[in-house]
Amino acid sequence: MQAVLEAMVERVRAAAQGARPLRPRGGGSKDFYGNELAGEPLDTSAYAGLVNYEPSELVVTARCGTPLAELERALAANGQMLPFEPPHFGPGATLGGCVAAGLSGPRRASAGAVRDFVLGARLLDGRGRVLAFGGEVMKNVAGYDVSRLLAGSLGTLGVILEVSLKVLPRPAAETTLRLEAPQDKALEWMNHWAGKPLPISATCYLNGELSVRLSGAAAAVRAARETLGGEALGDGEGFWTALREQTHPYFAPEAPLWRLSLPSRAAPPRLPGEELIEWGGALRWLASAGEARTIREAARRAGGHATLFRARDKSPGAFTPLGPAQMKLQRELKAVFDPARIFNPGRLYPDL
Amino acid sequence: MGKAVPVERIDASRQREVVRRLREFLPAHSVLFEDEDTRPYECDGLTAYRRAPMVVALPETDEQVRRVLQACSALGVPVVPRGAGTGLSGGALPLADGVLLSMAKFMRALRVDPVARVAVVQPGVRNAAISDLVAPFGLYYAPDPSSQIACSIGGNVAENSGGVHCLKYGLTVHNVMRVRGYTIDGEPVDFGGEALDAPGYDLLALAIGSEGLLVVITEVTVKLLPKPQLARVVMASFGDVETAGQAVAAVIAAGIIPAGLEMMDKPATRAVEEFVRAGYDLDAAAILLCESDGTPEEVEEEIARVKQVLSDAGATRMTVSRDEAERLRFWSGRKAAFPAVGRISPDYYCMDGTIPRRRLGEILRFIGEMERKYGLRCPNVFHAGDGNLHPLILYDANDPEQLRRTEQFAREVLEKCVEVGGTITGEHGVGVEKIDQMCTQFGSAEIETFHALKHAFDPVGLLNPGKAVPTLARCAEYRGMHVHGGQLPFPDLPRF
Repeated sequence: MQAVLEAMVERVRAAAQGARPLRPRGGGSKDFYGNELAGEPLDTSAYAGLVNYEPSELVVTARCGTPLAELERALAANGQMLPFEPPHFGPGATLGGCVAAGLSGPRRASAGAVRDFVLGARLLDGRGRVLAFGGEVMKNVAGYDVSRLLAGSLGTLGVILEVSLKVLPRPAAETTLRLEAPQDKALEWMNHWAGKPLPISATCYLNGELSVRLSGAAAAVRAARETLGGEALGDGEGFWTALREQTHPYFAPEAPLWRLSLPSRAAPPRLPGEELIEWGGALRWLASAGEARTIREAARRAGGHATLFRARDKSPGAFTPLGPAQMKLQRELKAVFDPARIFNPGRLYPDL
Repeated sequence: MGKAVPVERIDASRQREVVRRLREFLPAHSVLFEDEDTRPYECDGLTAYRRAPMVVALPETDEQVRRVLQACSALGVPVVPRGAGTGLSGGALPLADGVLLSMAKFMRALRVDPVARVAVVQPGVRNAAISDLVAPFGLYYAPDPSSQIACSIGGNVAENSGGVHCLKYGLTVHNVMRVRGYTIDGEPVDFGGEALDAPGYDLLALAIGSEGLLVVITEVTVKLLPKPQLARVVMASFGDVETAGQAVAAVIAAGIIPAGLEMMDKPATRAVEEFVRAGYDLDAAAILLCESDGTPEEVEEEIARVKQVLSDAGATRMTVSRDEAERLRFWSGRKAAFPAVGRISPDYYCMDGTIPRRRLGEILRFIGEMERKYGLRCPNVFHAGDGNLHPLILYDANDPEQLRRTEQFAREVLEKCVEVGGTITGEHGVGVEKIDQMCTQFGSAEIETFHALKHAFDPVGLLNPGKAVPTLARCAEYRGMHVHGGQLPFPDLPRF
């Protein structure tokens, strides 16, 4: 493993000297995400394997190239899971890509996002240095919280070499209910329920149908089923997996797919296209050929932002443009870790 | 980079200049500089370190904060932000050539949205006041540091404060959605939002726990959670602390995430029992408090499992709280542990290391050795669920020799925490107190990166300089003094 690491360090140093861009890449399952790719791929898949896993500590540390599926199998064998339920988007998905993309799945609204479970990381920065931040303990406030900052940085700050994550036990019981409701009613219910002590672990609204997943102690799941009503869904697990992996038929059409991240109670933005709601109302997918500017403006007015998630034409920019003061800070942050701008230039923002 | 040696004397003409400048936009009562007025600000909760500030500014509006920062930037005067002053690491220790920026007047709750479950408050609002404010909606703010009746949310954000329910409900970073404020130049910043994520790098995560070195916060949006219908706590006694430690691991291994899981050793329960009469078992070498919350069905199921696991793990006695009053009484002892210890000793020094739970026995044995080595007593309270230790070294500050021994004792324990894979501070922050131990935890490259991050927000280094991150020179000196077996704890780069 040492030789693999040293080779990566050499590549990075050479790239920095020659100002030749690199793009760290595990399984390539999230190549579609973000702006146009630039730079030679830096394959991280050989830097793989669990470094430390003590189930009773609720922490796992693994190298970036570790396949996400392998990591999840190791956790499942001990009755544990990654609480943020990350999408794989392909069989090759790796831990490094999962953290770099910072994408969370259906459990996000109740459990938290990738960044909430990152406890520590080792980073190969743009100078070819190996830096260690955070650690393997739940509480750690020594130094700035750089490891959480890496979640969602899209590999623009360096090669995320190793990550320590907090893990949780799998719920003892799980069931999915389906209720019929118009959209405004469904949004109202989701917000209302989230303010009640109910074991809701995922929600999805599409075409007049609200799906609700309950997870927790058997008694609590049973009691909540009584409270919420609706019909039990036969293959709940299949449904949430298809939603997470975007293999659900909703995601099949060719129209550009927008990801609107909004306050959970925001009124549905009046935009052309078909909507799918997750995360108790806080995540709205929109398959729409509408104008980028109109969609972004609607998201902004609602108090959130819109990402062009999947599209052939990324010319409007994948991510919502930032104001000048915010952009200046982001640029300076990039320069701290990658002064020669070799990692994934432009993938997050043209300036980074 | 902060100055290595802070100025200790106030320069009177400089003071006049700063006062005159601040009074251009602050009312007279918001600018304090007379000795008796600045004295109350000379320390925070870490009382061993004191220094009077040159000037105290007490702005009341965002615009005033912005102008204080702009004025200080223009004059090159360092600024130390302060919330309620309950911090335990000296993060709000003033500078004799600086302005202490007190946010105490930012006391208003700006908005509560019970449907979206968020509250927007000013930074001076007390932690417990948020939960009180939203209680009518069946909601609460989860992080509950022991000082919650006094500490402010702004300070919680600066320190990424925890509490006794972190394992299940997270730290401040997991429960704050947005912060707004200003950089040292008076530029407005707005990190996070009321959606669940924001575009670009996660500056919210970076700002939380940055100990007032990156931005001054003027508004905080917190996430509110539904109050669990019921909570009950199991109090279990153990014949020795290591068995209690193993019981903690057994609870987690059984797939249980308790709402709270705390341990106290016998010297701590003895001190507490005299003070609050919580009903602790004084014959036990250690007690565990294990809380379960949720619906009545969930709690009943979980409590039964917890009792089984603890009993299998060797608990000698168990009591389950019968009602809310009893539950609060069990907790009252834990929450009053620091003041209770304060009654049995002239002074105490609270440590805050975190360790992997499985190393608990080893650390407790080590602390026992240190008690003998330094001739000082050290009761232990412990956030067992998340591995965060608070050993309290008892000493008398009037005896400089005892203070010196205390500091050495603490240093050895914190370095041991790092050695076993933990950290020097779990929730109290580095501040001025643990700045040398940062050199044990991090190598030069990381320390350099921290300074570069600081520089990105504050190029001149005027915001809370000298705290949280040591200079490289200081680390070189410190490491030179503390070489273990001819090896530096972290040899320099390249560090494969």
